[in-house]
Amino acid sequence: MGRYLLRRILQMIPVVLGTTLLIYALVFLMPGDPVAAMFGAKPVQPAVAAQIRAEYNLDKPFIIQYLLFLKNALTFNFGKTFSGQQVLAVIGRAFPVTVKLAIMAFVFEAVFGVVFGIISGLKKGKWYDTVILVISLLLISVPTFVTGFVMQYFLGVQWHLLPITAGPNPGFLDLLMPAMVLGSVSMASIIRLTRSEITANIAEDYVRTARAKGMSNKMVVLRHVLRNSLIPVVTYLGADLGALMGGAMISERIFNIQGIGNTLYQAINRGEGTLVVSIVTLMVLIFVVCNLIVDMLYAVLDPRIRYQ
Amino acid sequence: MSNDQNINQNSDEFFADPLPGQERYVAPLDETPLQDVDTVDETNPPTSMWADAWKTLRKNPLFIVSAVLVVLVFVVALFPQLFTRIDPRDCDLTYSLEPASPGHPFGFNNQGCDVYARVIYGARTSVAIGIYTTLLVSVLGGLIGAVAGFFGGWVDAVLSRLTDIFFAVPLLLGAIVLLQMFRTSSSIWKVIFTLTLFGWVSMARIVRGAVMEAKNLEFNTASLALGSTPGRNLFRHILPNSLAPAIVIATMSLGSYIVSEATLSFLGIGLPSSVVSWGGDISTAQQYLRTNPSVLFYPSAALAITVLAFIMLGDAVQDALDPKARTA
Repeated sequence: MGRYLLRRILQMIPVVLGTTLLIYALVFLMPGDPVAAMFGAKPVQPAVAAQIRAEYNLDKPFIIQYLLFLKNALTFNFGKTFSGQQVLAVIGRAFPVTVKLAIMAFVFEAVFGVVFGIISGLKKGKWYDTVILVISLLLISVPTFVTGFVMQYFLGVQWHLLPITAGPNPGFLDLLMPAMVLGSVSMASIIRLTRSEITANIAEDYVRTARAKGMSNKMVVLRHVLRNSLIPVVTYLGADLGALMGGAMISERIFNIQGIGNTLYQAINRGEGTLVVSIVTLMVLIFVVCNLIVDMLYAVLDPRIRYQ
Repeated sequence: MSNDQNINQNSDEFFADPLPGQERYVAPLDETPLQDVDTVDETNPPTSMWADAWKTLRKNPLFIVSAVLVVLVFVVALFPQLFTRIDPRDCDLTYSLEPASPGHPFGFNNQGCDVYARVIYGARTSVAIGIYTTLLVSVLGGLIGAVAGFFGGWVDAVLSRLTDIFFAVPLLLGAIVLLQMFRTSSSIWKVIFTLTLFGWVSMARIVRGAVMEAKNLEFNTASLALGSTPGRNLFRHILPNSLAPAIVIATMSLGSYIVSEATLSFLGIGLPSSVVSWGGDISTAQQYLRTNPSVLFYPSAALAITVLAFIMLGDAVQDALDPKARTA
């Protein structure tokens, strides 16, 4: 296990390097002058422009710029934004909000997804199974932002149950609706996954054997069916935690939450390459680490998988 | 010897009387000569996996419903003028946000355009983006996956790391960064290429796995032993046998590309408003949600029904092609 972990971490290095290079190239090889973007419609004096170029390393060849970025990133020096703030400080302000939102969405989708999936899978063909299936299909096929508007309209505007938008320091109630919107598609996928896993496992030979040995139905379901059915669900959830951080942008836009997604959106609109690259790199790192943890969890949950 | 008799006795006992509630009568062994069981009916042509799958599909109500919907959406996308005579770009501000009236069943949007006509004409954009992205993803991902799985070794190592790199960039993030570049373009191809660039990864992974599995099956070894070349084997045996999972994932992700386009348009970096699209109409209608929810409802419903149809079609195809994953 230790050696496997080490090998996986070593394998992660080229992936992270490649991904940051890809993002860096997308952001900085684009047409358009970042210095001009910084000044908006105002004309820029050549001397000022040259000084800014030197300060942000924009005067050097692309690959040197990238290597300098890497060198600075390793020492947690991500540079400054156009308005002179430290990138690290901007991220530090927005990051906790998004983490809170993502964790709430994660708990929401895990609890409701698994519970409804189990109910649906064990009681296949009942009317509530059909209702759960139809709702989960609808949640998957309606875009998240439409789900968001509809919830905002009914829960917030019409029934006054939850706050319509979140302020600068959002609390639990402020983030409840955004988290539900953020987790809704994944919840629907988890329902479908859990249901199909349970229906497949319940038909397996080992279930029949357990029943033939006189095991009660409750024990068969708890000990055998659920344990085997939930392994792929855990994998899905783990990979999704990383994706939720990146996907929070829609939810944060609808509910006006000052999280990492909204910050990234504004940074892209202003053409702030440094900030964009830093945020995306951070998200990619979280995503890759989440996937690594999932692979490790696999060994614990499924004794058939052994790592050399 | 005594052991054999024992078994026979036991099986006679077992097969003699059907148990209460048993549906079929099982004939005793001496009434079923082995030749009859072993005789293969050579007059009937062997059924292929595809013929079998088609037989299962035809009987699946899920397939029939989704196929009818998909065909309908295609007809609307190809021949919108069959469904409405109104030009979706012919807008008159005097009608702004007016409710439904005869000839205008869905009412008007804020610009005074006919919502029904816009829903009908928007189908083409969404379907085109879904179809072209799926085709490009299948070709690009299928090729990379097949090459990686077939050649193995360092080719696989390089291609797999490349796949990992693109896998680590979430689709929406990558698309937003890239689309920024083509902000001024109004072509739907910028969205198609962007979605392809960040969407081919799952296809490549699935095809790679399927090709690696098919490569190690006995019929492949047998074919090689009979003198077939590896290249011929790839096209004659390995690819046809890896097709099923690729078709399933392609059908299912088609809907998700349509949703992605709508989401990008919502963020204001997908298609410009000059292109009639469901995503664009939904994102402009959101401002009028509180006063005129119907303007938001119709394009959203059209989008949801289309995506739903493709997801159900994918489910049905998966059931037919992979009997092990059969849920019904």
